[in-house]
Amino acid sequence: MMVVDVIFYAFAAVTTLAAIGVVSSRNQVHSVLFLILTFFSTAALFVLLEAEFLAALLVMVYMGAVAVLFLFVVMMLDMDVSDLKAQAINHLPLGLAVGAVILLELVVVLSHSHAHVAAASTVPNTLAIGRTLYTQYLYPFELASLILLVALIGAVVLTLRERKKVMRRQVISQQIARTRSEAVELVQRKPGEGA
Amino acid sequence: MSLHHFLILGAILFTTGVFGIFLNRRNVIIILMSIELILLSVNINFVAFSHYNNDVTGQIFTFFVLAVAAAEAAIGLAILVAFFRNRATIDVERIDTLKG
Repeated sequence: MMVVDVIFYAFAAVTTLAAIGVVSSRNQVHSVLFLILTFFSTAALFVLLEAEFLAALLVMVYMGAVAVLFLFVVMMLDMDVSDLKAQAINHLPLGLAVGAVILLELVVVLSHSHAHVAAASTVPNTLAIGRTLYTQYLYPFELASLILLVALIGAVVLTLRERKKVMRRQVISQQIARTRSEAVELVQRKPGEGA
Repeated sequence: MSLHHFLILGAILFTTGVFGIFLNRRNVIIILMSIELILLSVNINFVAFSHYNNDVTGQIFTFFVLAVAAAEAAIGLAILVAFFRNRATIDVERIDTLKG
């Protein structure tokens, strides 16, 4: 057995166990931390597959952004999941049955496929990705940025709420939209009558 | 270490994700994390095929999966925060205002 095989089995085992930890952990914070471990060991597997750029991207985007977003939401929302967890035991047989069927199907299909190993590429990974991404897949690339923009604005719109009663703040657009008739009232009074 | 090893690892991760959705059917956060696991297994398959066929296109598609997964997580968690503010729970079965 070669060194590469040992590394592969080690990281594959870590990935699998961490994934099982994600779905079966009692504490949600532990689930998120297991998710981060899954991403990290998958990044190591990507390095084994000579996809160094994607490995770095996985560490930065998934572990740096998505997992931290999950951690943020889990810690920010003070939720009581005890009765949700108690119900989870009832779903265990159904989940095991569906999981076993899917895994069996996938393994049967995969063990009948055969792959050929092509010659190793001489171009660096990042260079090859850049050459393909910015020529052949330029429009999908721009479309992906549009999707991210929609997600950015959507997330802000969904979570923004105005608290009118808590805090009085200056709204400049309302101030400059005022007209004279709304703001000032002129009253004629004779001398001596007063207000 | 051949293509089959990676494909079977991807199958195991995919199955774990589906199993997680069934096991935690009422907890939205765990369901979102299970979806992330499923997308990750798809990425493993893409990168493995890309490596063993010596075609970089698979890694390009991993790119797009990554972008869509990030957008999905952001929107999903924003919806979750808005839902938690209104109902003070994250139980999926309580999202029933539309009687669906």
